[in-house]
Amino acid sequence: MERLNVNPTRMMLTTLKKRLATALRGHKLMKDKRDELMKGFLELARENKNLREEVEIRLKDVYDSFTMAGAIMRKEVMEEALMLPKQRVEIQVKSKNIMSVDVPVFDFQMSSTGEEEIYPYGYATTSGELDEAITDLSSTLPLLLELAAKEKEAQMLAAELERTRRRVNALEYVKIPQLQMTIKYIVMKLDENERGNQTRLMKVKDMILKEALEEKRQADEAVM
Amino acid sequence: MYKIGVIGDRESILGFKAVGFEVFQCAGGDEGKKILKKMAKEDFAIIYVTEKLYVEMKKEIDEYTDLRVPAIIPVPNREGTLGVGLSNVKQAVERAVGADILFGGDR
Repeated sequence: MERLNVNPTRMMLTTLKKRLATALRGHKLMKDKRDELMKGFLELARENKNLREEVEIRLKDVYDSFTMAGAIMRKEVMEEALMLPKQRVEIQVKSKNIMSVDVPVFDFQMSSTGEEEIYPYGYATTSGELDEAITDLSSTLPLLLELAAKEKEAQMLAAELERTRRRVNALEYVKIPQLQMTIKYIVMKLDENERGNQTRLMKVKDMILKEALEEKRQADEAVM
Repeated sequence: MYKIGVIGDRESILGFKAVGFEVFQCAGGDEGKKILKKMAKEDFAIIYVTEKLYVEMKKEIDEYTDLRVPAIIPVPNREGTLGVGLSNVKQAVERAVGADILFGGDR
């Protein structure tokens, strides 16, 4: 691990110690966030998978019904019948905050709910197969919408989870060791300087003492 | 108030119109990209895209992953599922956890 390229001064030491404390706290928080996200995500992904499998099966049935209807009716008639929809689906989007991820919540409203109201055509020119197809599709609708909500949530959580995981790893394996190593380096360097200084002082003291002794001796000789 | 849209080939999207979705007919990926861009600017909260187109426009679609709306969801088209939707879920798990732990390695 490369240590940071800094001057080994006392001030830098203080700064780095503060940064290390922040990094450690951040690491703990991120780790907690990761664990919490993971807990919710796995549950969600499992639901998402089951829901999707069901929707795909039901959509296949719907398509089959439409194919049947298409085989019986003329294409133009069928398209004409479906041209002007009676039912409308409207959505309100609210948001839900899951571990600081802004996840959308869809609120559905169908403008018509009655059984017979979903068919946008009169029965004169259309066949029963088309009715069946439309009924199938409209009963799949809530599932389809739920799938959209779940899948979007899962996607967003997955993205956030990946980011958080990266951050945890970066802090744990790069940032924190780097800071610790640099702090250790500065402490050692400062200690080294301290020892060097001590030796120098002792040496200087010795020299001064010797000089003083010499002077005293000369003074004594002069008196004698 | 938001809307729901469907992009796909003519045959597959026909029925969706009857239940109140707004449908956009589209043959190829390039056309789909244009439609998608336009729809993203309008108030579409959910856009269903048939799997074949979804694969062709994957890059464009990924740009919307982090946004709250629209949610772009692959659905099988008339010819049956290509498994894109499920592999998407699988990918999300792999991305989040680092390993695929939901599906078991065999799929």
